[in-house]
Amino acid sequence: MATTEEIKARRSESWREELRRNMKNKERADLPRVHMPELDPEYRSHNYEEVNLGLNAEQAMAEAQRCLDCPVPTCMTGCPVEINIPTFIKNIERGEFLEAAKIVKETSALPAVCGRVCPQEKQCESKCIHLKMGKDPVAIGHLERFAADYERESGKISVPEIAPPNKIKIAVVGSGPAGLSFAGDMVKLGYDITVFEALHEIGGVLKYGIPEFRLPNEIVDVEIDILAKMGVKFITNCIIGKTISYEDLHQDGFKGIFIASGAGLPNFMNIPGENLAGVLSSNEYLTRVNLMAAAKEGADTPVFHGKKVAVIGGGNTAMDSVRTARRLGAEKAMIIYRRSEEEMPARLEEVKHAKEEGIIFLTLHNPVEYSGDEKGRVTQMKLQKMELGEADASGRRKPVEIEGAIDLVDVDMVIVSIGVSPNPLIPSAFKGLDISRWGTIIVDQDSMQSALPDVYAGGDIVRGGATVILAMGDGRKAAAAMNKALSSL
Amino acid sequence: MNKIVKKEILSENVVKFEVEAPLIARSRKAGHFVIVKVGKYGERIPLTIAGADLEKGTITLVIQRIGKSSKKICALDAGEYITDLVGPLGQATHIEKFGTVVCACGGVGTAPMLPIVEAMKKAGNKVITVQAARTKELIILEREMQEFSDEVVIMTDDGSYGKKGLVTNGVEDVINREKVDLCVTIGPAIMMKFVSQLTQKYDIPTVASLNTIMVDGTGMCGACRVTVGGKTKFVCIDGPEFDAHQVDFDEMMMRLNAYKGIE
Repeated sequence: MATTEEIKARRSESWREELRRNMKNKERADLPRVHMPELDPEYRSHNYEEVNLGLNAEQAMAEAQRCLDCPVPTCMTGCPVEINIPTFIKNIERGEFLEAAKIVKETSALPAVCGRVCPQEKQCESKCIHLKMGKDPVAIGHLERFAADYERESGKISVPEIAPPNKIKIAVVGSGPAGLSFAGDMVKLGYDITVFEALHEIGGVLKYGIPEFRLPNEIVDVEIDILAKMGVKFITNCIIGKTISYEDLHQDGFKGIFIASGAGLPNFMNIPGENLAGVLSSNEYLTRVNLMAAAKEGADTPVFHGKKVAVIGGGNTAMDSVRTARRLGAEKAMIIYRRSEEEMPARLEEVKHAKEEGIIFLTLHNPVEYSGDEKGRVTQMKLQKMELGEADASGRRKPVEIEGAIDLVDVDMVIVSIGVSPNPLIPSAFKGLDISRWGTIIVDQDSMQSALPDVYAGGDIVRGGATVILAMGDGRKAAAAMNKALSSL
Repeated sequence: MNKIVKKEILSENVVKFEVEAPLIARSRKAGHFVIVKVGKYGERIPLTIAGADLEKGTITLVIQRIGKSSKKICALDAGEYITDLVGPLGQATHIEKFGTVVCACGGVGTAPMLPIVEAMKKAGNKVITVQAARTKELIILEREMQEFSDEVVIMTDDGSYGKKGLVTNGVEDVINREKVDLCVTIGPAIMMKFVSQLTQKYDIPTVASLNTIMVDGTGMCGACRVTVGGKTKFVCIDGPEFDAHQVDFDEMMMRLNAYKGIE
């Protein structure tokens, strides 16, 4: 964990003091926030190319000037992996892009990923000093992506320093963001890390869930490759609790286990017609398209190319699904959400991008029934119109049915994206874990340690459904705590 | 990558493989399945494990050529590799001493029935296996079935071997002859549906092993969902075996055809 002294020491390096002297805070604050260049919406809605194009060096340096290099950088408190934000931004300002990337990698195992998919508006950028002055926050996310991309494209990717091997074997269950973040921190400390993945590819949700147009798989692969270079071993097609048991891991000499198996079980609404052909979970749809490359030439996995597609839900996964459907040729691609747009959990940028791409938003609508043809394929959905009532436990205004207000909408595909539940496979394989009534693993909030002393857990298997960055934060916390526990033995 | 150590052609469209998978061979039980994928852009398909050899560290898979992906797997030869193989998945068969157990299987469903027949026999049950096929050439694994069953009844549609008739005729003959405590059925969905209807008439508890469309096989996608007793269940983690009398086979058959025509 970065201490106040460390932050101070870095801030008082002479180059940084000089940078601060070069421009007055008032001038910095008056600079407009950079705009992320994007592909044209009409063009991009027919292909998988990445929508955001990234900043060029000039744009990045200009944006970096907006950062006031605060003595107490509140932005860092908004970052679950505590990236030293001002230090990397000021390195960008002075043109030391590789150094900036190095700073980010000190605490983040996946900088190019986070720079693309983090909800910065709810994290670091929400704590930016500019907001207090009524200005736009510094585009920290865009700058993070710039630093990571610059390093990758330069071909001079640095591999973080590794402590001498301590020969202590640690197992990681799952290779998504929580597992990779944990593995990165632990391998740096000298541990012998093996990551076990159930699927045939490493990356978890980064591969099967998030689409190419938002996070290209090759970007993920580069980050995984760095971890492999640092010494992390990856084993695919291996399910802990099925292929290998908890006892087997002990016998094989593993001294600690971090469970980051994700929230693998898609929720359905249990309404009539939900098992018709053509109604599927966002997990199934995105896995077919992203992991199995179903829409690509030469892939064996089929996927249905719906023309009238309804996606149920208002989260990031719903946006990913509906925008994918649009790219696969949907003439009418709709978001069906029971609350209003204001309550939507999706990142602002995803909603904006979706709208630009011609996605229809049917907010305050809730599906109550699907009907199909004689072959059992979905053809129509019945939507109940809603209005907002009193605030509920989550603080959001609760949607209430408007009696008798029913819409019938023709569809040929429905993607249900209303969240996931923890996968029961792992919790049931580790006897002695405390499991909540939602199926999540109960851990100590500070250490991420479970009821089994050598087992730690983080990410969606603990949270039940969160973001990449929160999962990564868990991985980091667990690594620090496990290291402390093992060092004191 | 898992090496195919032996390939055997069981009938015109059915191939038996012995595949190196020592960890799965060690941990699998009757009723478990695996997911296999051939090639970088291959499809993930579920296959029930038909047996294992602990010493050799191999598992047995029996595959019927039906679609693009099964044809691709069947085309592999001994010495070649299955790109991805993961398991064992699903819940193991509930084995105990029930008394008399009728194992009703048809087509390629005969292969995953074999370890169940073996386990039921070892648990002290009287096992009567009724295996059916369209014609004599399609009857597979008869010798192996004989080894673990107290009696094997062969049924062929055309009467070219065993008795002429459907699997249900064979099962009904047994029911009319003696008390049956449990029926296990594996085969095409339509076959299991009729076996289930028959045993329901006689009030005999029946278990069906379902083979639905899956992608990951670990609960993640929900492609395999079926309605059992009015509730949605996932075949991959809740199954693959369910109380046959509670399974909505019509919905299952409809869902099996979901991707027909676009494969």
